[in-house]
Parts: sequence; structure tokens; C-alpha cells
Amino acid sequence: MSGYGNGHDQKSPEQQFSFSRLLAEKGVSRRDFIKFCSATAAALALPPAFGPQIARALDEVKRPTLVWLEFQSCTGDTEALLRAANPTVAEIVLDILSIDYAETIMAAAGHLAEANLDKVLKEEKGKYIAVVEGSIPLKDDGIYCCIGGRTAADRAREVCGGAFATIAVGTCASYGGIPAAAPNPTGAVGVAKAVPSATVINLPGCPLNADNLTATIVHFLLFKKLPATDGIGRPLFAYGKRIHDNCERRPHFDAGQYVEAWGDQGHRKGFCLYKMGCKGPETWHNCPTQRYNDKTSWPVGSGHGCAGCSQPMFWDTMTPFYRRLPNVPGFGIETTADTIGLGLAAGTAAAFAAHGVVSAFRRGDTSEGAKEE
Amino acid sequence: MGHLYEKYVWEVPVRVTHWVNMLAIVTLTVTGLFIGSPKTVALTPSAFAMGWIRFIHFVAGYTLSVSVLARIYWALVTKNSYAGWREFFPILTRDGRHKMLAAFKYYTFISKKVPAAPGHNALAGTAYAVVFLLYLTMIGTGFALYSERAPNGILHKAFAWLFWLFSNQGMRLTHHCVMWLLIAFAIHHVYSAWLMDVKEKGGVMSSIFSGYKTVRSKE
Repeated sequence: MSGYGNGHDQKSPEQQFSFSRLLAEKGVSRRDFIKFCSATAAALALPPAFGPQIARALDEVKRPTLVWLEFQSCTGDTEALLRAANPTVAEIVLDILSIDYAETIMAAAGHLAEANLDKVLKEEKGKYIAVVEGSIPLKDDGIYCCIGGRTAADRAREVCGGAFATIAVGTCASYGGIPAAAPNPTGAVGVAKAVPSATVINLPGCPLNADNLTATIVHFLLFKKLPATDGIGRPLFAYGKRIHDNCERRPHFDAGQYVEAWGDQGHRKGFCLYKMGCKGPETWHNCPTQRYNDKTSWPVGSGHGCAGCSQPMFWDTMTPFYRRLPNVPGFGIETTADTIGLGLAAGTAAAFAAHGVVSAFRRGDTSEGAKEE
Repeated sequence: MGHLYEKYVWEVPVRVTHWVNMLAIVTLTVTGLFIGSPKTVALTPSAFAMGWIRFIHFVAGYTLSVSVLARIYWALVTKNSYAGWREFFPILTRDGRHKMLAAFKYYTFISKKVPAAPGHNALAGTAYAVVFLLYLTMIGTGFALYSERAPNGILHKAFAWLFWLFSNQGMRLTHHCVMWLLIAFAIHHVYSAWLMDVKEKGGVMSSIFSGYKTVRSKE
């Protein structure tokens, strides 16, 4: 990351347009760069012909300004982004953005940092990209999250309202996430709800997959607009397919091979985690194909069911994580819907059996055929 | 006492939809129980046991939907009062509510006067209205869950509004619990038909095959 802390008026012209030099400096070959462009075209579900166009767009890019706001979060999304150990092309793509404000990584602190942000808001109005990590509390006038004496909601309204577009990274910024889980003590919401006037694209996930952030930014640099989204503001290229339908364990599901207990034979053989409460059948995300940490692995790949973390309110609605169905309200947590249902069926049968016995001994309650009205 | 005669009560569409519903529900229940809590049944990943069971479930689901919608259509257009929609909402008239109370008293051993209606007794008719509501719940939640494989498809556009009413897991739980309610209903349904066959002596059990019931004329 570059450009934060010292104000971008001090950058030399070469620094503003030097993507090829940047690649050379970081020791990334042209071949690796073109490979990255093709892979990004694939991630965006674009035809292969777009690979060279992405390369050209990145070569010609004019350092767009980006500010990264952090509210009620665990910094997991920043961590996911910084996790790459070696300089990757994706990291450089983020480098070509002028990141003028990012709480976790900027050198400036206090009023100096806030002055940086104010400067972007004034000079780049309508042109910069805002990235938001973490949820925004609205309860009690939003006092539960304040930065520089101002509430998160106030700051988000100002920054996201004046941005070309806002990218909500992680489930908290997208839909409130874990801070918004019942009983939601701070009245936490996502950016789109806190700033209804802003143009927001949601990249949920706990954490988000940094590849999807890179691809969204590449899409923006290439087309000068945001990618197509689904009904809850998520780009279709990353959230258009259900995890269950792209899962590497799916053949075991269709075949009828399931993990029945942790560490059993099926678990060791990599069978389907459906019975262990995997929420892949109701979660849309490209985890099975894109994977995490430089495509190393992802939860289902390493033997744990999907928790549905990229769905709104997943903490409230996807729990219990290790059960297929939620608990039935009003019954103990060990009572499943099937136990209750079986009880209901048995109870009905018993009641009617008793009724039948009484009816059998009853006299004088019959008729001779149905009666006309 | 009037004379006994055979009265044509259940029209062909009524009987056909009844048995199609019954077969579809049995199929859906058996396959649905497996889908909800499967066992490892395959030796190799190239098998397709769950695939076929889900396929059967979806075909039976479509069959039930067509049958239920056809029956609702028939209830609206038929001239036969035993099949018409009014038969299922006796609660709307004073006379109907009186009959419901009478049937309730008979079932709870308070009265000895068997309902003995040529069609459904008032309480049974009301129960079927509720059952059809359960059918529609199953069809709605079922197709909403089925449509999730293609979130921008026509099916998803048609049923996704249901996710305003239920969370995704809530939808699954509802689909599951209503199945148990329908199983409980089936037990009650067969028992009550049997009871009425014995007590009313109108041949109600065979009437769902033949369409005719034994009815005593008024005079």
C-alpha cells in the first residue's frame, strides 16, 4: 500500500502512472501479470478475450483514490487482504490505488489522519471509492462507535454519500453481521441501510475473499462501473452460484455418501457434510472455486461444514451450525423437529385408537345411511 | 322413514385428485424423510441414490401441485355442491357453524346424533380447507427451496417473495413441520372415514372409489 499519510499532492508524475515499473520492482514477470489478468477475467465470468483488455486497463490506470473505513469489526477483512506472504499481482493492483485513509495500516494518526480523509472528501468528491469494514451502530444516536469524536453513522454518511461507490467488505459492513446478531445491543446495520443514498456493493463473507475485492476493483477500472448484483447487492460473478452446486463434495451428496459423525470413516474419506449441518445448500459464494489464502483451501475443503457466513443475519438464522434444521421455538435444544413430529404422529394415532375403542362400545349413535338435507 | 338410494356424490375430478394427492403425498413423505436425514447408501461416489430420490421428490411435488391446483379450480367451477368451495367453509354461515358444533359434539361423545351428511360433514369440510392451506404452504416452501439452485431463474422470481416471510432455515423447518402435520392429518383422516363408515352406514369408504353413497330420502 502506498500514498497514505503524506498526502497525494507530493507524488511525482512517474509515481502516478508506473504500473509496469511497479511490476518490475516487485519482481512479477509479464507472464505472471497476464496470467493474473486471465484469472481475473475468469473470476468475473468474462470471456477469455477480456484478459488483454484487463491488462491494458491496468496499464493505463490513473490512480483512483480509495479510503478504507473501519467501524464495528474484528479487522478480519483487513487481515484477509494483508494475508498474502509474497508480493502478488493482486497486492499490486491494490497498490495502484491511492489508499489515502485506512485505520489499520496508515502511518498518520489522530487529527492528521482525519485531515487526510477530509481532504479526499473535499478534493475528490464523487470520484473516490470508499471501502467500509464493520457494521454501523444506530441505537442511542450511534454513540457505540465513534472515531475522532464523531459517530460511525455520521462519518459513513459523509464519506459514503460523497463517494463514486462504496464497497462494503465482509458480512458486518454488508448486513450488520455478528454485531447485529440478536439481541443486537448497538442497533448495528450494514452500510446500505445506514446510508440509503450511497451506491453500495456488498462483498459479504466472514472474512471476505480478497480475490473478490480485487476482481470488483478490476471491474471498476475496466468498465468504469460496478458489476451486476443480485437482490441483496452482491456481485453476481462472486455470489451468483450456490456453494452446494459448485462444491467438490457434491458428488458424494448426489451419490448418497455422508459424514455421520466427526472423524468417522466418511469424514476421513471426504464425504458430504450435509448431515453435519453444512449450510452450503443455502449460501451463495464462490468459495469452492476461488478458495481462501491464495486458493489454499476453504472450510468445506478442510472438512468443516459451511456456516453460511455470506448470507444476511447468518448468526441468527444459520445456527445451530452443526445441525441440519434450526431448533423449534419453545422446545429444548436437544429436541429436533423430527422428534416433535414423531411425537405428534404417535399422539394422534394413540388418541384416535382410544377414540375408536370408545366408539366401538358405544350404542345408539348410528344412522341408516346419510341423510338428505 | 324415506327409502334408501345410491347418490352420486364424488365426481371424477374429486376422486382422481384425491388419489393422486394420496400417492404424491406418500411418495413425497418417504423421499422427503430421506432427503431431510439421509443415510450413507452408496458404495462409490459415482452412484446417484440421493440424485434419484430428489428427482422423484421433485416429480411428485409437481404432480401434487398440478393436482391441488386442479382441485381448487374444480371447486370454483363445478355445479356439484359437494365438490364446490362452499362445502369447505361452513364457518361462513350460521347453519354451517351450527352443523360444525353438532359434529364436534358427536366426535367428543357429547351427542349421539351422527352428522350423516351426504358430502363432507361440516367439521370435515373445514378440516380439508385447512389441509389445502397446508398443501399450498408445502408447494410454496417446496418450490422456493427448489428454486435456490438458480437464483435468477423464473422459478426463483416466482417464489423468492416467500423469503420475506421465512428465513432460509425457517423455510426448511416449516416444510419439515408441515409434513408432520400432514402425517397426523392422514392418521385422523383414515380413522374418521372408518368411523363414519361404521356409524353412518352410508358406505363412505367405498364412495371414494365408486363416487356413490347410500342416502336416505327425506319423506
